Amino acid sequence: MSLWVDKYRPKTLNKLSFHESITKNLGALASTGDFPHLLVYGPSGSGKKTRVYATLHELFGSQVEKLKIDVKTFTTSSNRKLEFNVLSSPYHLEITPSDMGNNDRVVIQDLLKDIASTEQVDFTSQQKGIKHRFKVVIINEADSLTRDAQAALRRTMEKYSSNIRLIMISNTTSNIIPPIKSRTLLVRIPAPSVSEISQILNNVATKENLKFSVNEESEKLKLFEKIAINSSQNLRKALLCFETVSMQNETIQLSTNLIDLDWEIIIKNISRLILTNQSVANLSKIRVIFYELLAHCIPARIILKTLLFDLLESCESNKIEDLVSIGSTFDNRLSLGSKSIFHLEGFAAKAMVALS
Amino acid sequence: MVSEVERSARNEKYEQERIEHTPWVEKYRPKNLDDVASQEHTVKVLKRTLVSANLPHMLFYGPPGTGKTSTILALAKQLYGPNLFKSRVLELNASDERGISIVRQKIKNFARLTVSNPTKEDLENYPCPPYKIIILDEADSMTNDAQSALRRTMETYSNVTRFCLVCNYITRIIDPLASRCSKFRFKSLTNDDALARLQYVANEEKVEFEDDVLNQVLRISNGDLRKAITYLQSATRLQNTTTFSDEDMQIDDKISVNTILEVGGVVSESIIKNIITTIESKNSKKIIDGTKEIILQGFSAQQLLDQLHDALILDDARSSITKNKIALILFDTDRKLSNGTDEHIQLLNSFLQISKVI
Repeated sequence: MSLWVDKYRPKTLNKLSFHESITKNLGALASTGDFPHLLVYGPSGSGKKTRVYATLHELFGSQVEKLKIDVKTFTTSSNRKLEFNVLSSPYHLEITPSDMGNNDRVVIQDLLKDIASTEQVDFTSQQKGIKHRFKVVIINEADSLTRDAQAALRRTMEKYSSNIRLIMISNTTSNIIPPIKSRTLLVRIPAPSVSEISQILNNVATKENLKFSVNEESEKLKLFEKIAINSSQNLRKALLCFETVSMQNETIQLSTNLIDLDWEIIIKNISRLILTNQSVANLSKIRVIFYELLAHCIPARIILKTLLFDLLESCESNKIEDLVSIGSTFDNRLSLGSKSIFHLEGFAAKAMVALS
Repeated sequence: MVSEVERSARNEKYEQERIEHTPWVEKYRPKNLDDVASQEHTVKVLKRTLVSANLPHMLFYGPPGTGKTSTILALAKQLYGPNLFKSRVLELNASDERGISIVRQKIKNFARLTVSNPTKEDLENYPCPPYKIIILDEADSMTNDAQSALRRTMETYSNVTRFCLVCNYITRIIDPLASRCSKFRFKSLTNDDALARLQYVANEEKVEFEDDVLNQVLRISNGDLRKAITYLQSATRLQNTTTFSDEDMQIDDKISVNTILEVGGVVSESIIKNIITTIESKNSKKIIDGTKEIILQGFSAQQLLDQLHDALILDDARSSITKNKIALILFDTDRKLSNGTDEHIQLLNSFLQISKVI
């Protein structure tokens, strides 16, 4: 049994629900022999990956679903062995550069050149008689590629453009160097709107034969909308949240409280502590909680962001500007520095000063 | 067995297809020095070398998309012709490994080779000067160590080898290297030259477009010809394919300004205007909501800042002092963004700061 997120993931372009013009463009691009490099960007849970896979399906047929995982080994310049996973099908392969840390440049150079210098031999099995003589390489989280690796991509993209197409997926284009941007077709995928999400949730509910305590459509929609807003328009989160709600009770009560994640509640508590009592004793209490959160692998930047927006929600409006400016400073330091607890605590302390 | 005729026909078809699939930037790369747009000065100097067949070490620098790589490749082709090109020219760029070990081995080995004798045929058609060329593309991404290792190599083998360094930022090239080369600055293309080149490409490819499109392309590509041509190609591709897929819906098959904007990832004017009104309202709650909306739309923060900068700084209604402050805030945010910070927080911060000074 799979999660609803996977179960109801559309496999082909014509089953995709929202952003129809983007879908149409992708389909059109795939239907000609001429397919450009793509840079797909947008907030998380807006359907980037789903769209890319649907496009691949359109390009190569159902063969792309036959995925296998290879473990590749690379030797870095300092003679260290490096292992990482490549997800591949006969027509494409997928890499996540953050697996490789600082050595991503070596991997990109070796791997792409390896694929790029061999031409796709068998392109008979494809549908509609359109031949694609290239392989597709999907780079996940392209924004976490180091500058070096991106520079290494530049010429490769041009030189081997007849054998290889890159599809890069990222949350933002800010960290992508301009030469890469100028070589790709930018595809922006906005988050789905609240009504679009509730529409999808409704479809899923009908397909799963879920029982509701009331049967009125409008009442149900209210619940769906609540979920959509609560998940900040992230479709994946919304579906997961909805699934949890339905797992908990046989018939879904419309008044059910949505379950917040543990760590979100903990961060809410921190923000309450900061708002109510600004003292050194409190700060040391908060430090313990921060350590706890970090030990549970919640990324420091997410802690900072959630905390900041929690604080903004309940503080007085004349303090907002100070808080945000403090937040931006510490966010910057977090991405430059390496020991995150300093910066988190620094933010808490500064915020207390600003509030008192 | 496949007959000879059939095979050549197939090969031809294959070549045809391959050409169709190459990006326009490659397809329309200048084949000789005369084709290089703008850069009159550089071209004039280099042309003289074609006659005298003497070449100094060279350092090309300038913003992206101004034709640096194209120029040196065109020059090399004109000097050697297609046959000799392979044995006389070594092209290395950032996608090749270029650590200090490569400089010591590969480059040095190539540099010390004695030049091969050109065939009679080549000698008649091309100058074929008695030296090799090593092109180091994107030289600014070479490490300092690797650059220092080059110093002596450049001098020792200067009788048989010339170096050409190509880079965006001359400041990243160490001084000893820079002083060994004669420098050529590639300036941003003037609008007229770029327009002429775009027009040429568009004609060759039989692209149809609305009147203002080419100007719009130039505007969003900021003098980067490669960007401009890529945009044009992407837009054509989108346009052709969409009209092709729904035949019953007769859409205007010319490229419109909107398509170009979409392809370039540019934020539309109305959204920028909205943001400015929100900022001017000075209402923190409103700004928070507005920022969230923008982030959900998935726009790139850097692009947004760029356009916001244009909109605010070029607005004559604001005083110089305000503009000054705004520019400082935008600069700060941009710096933080390049450090890889969270877009949401940084955008919100800059909007709130701007609303304070405006």
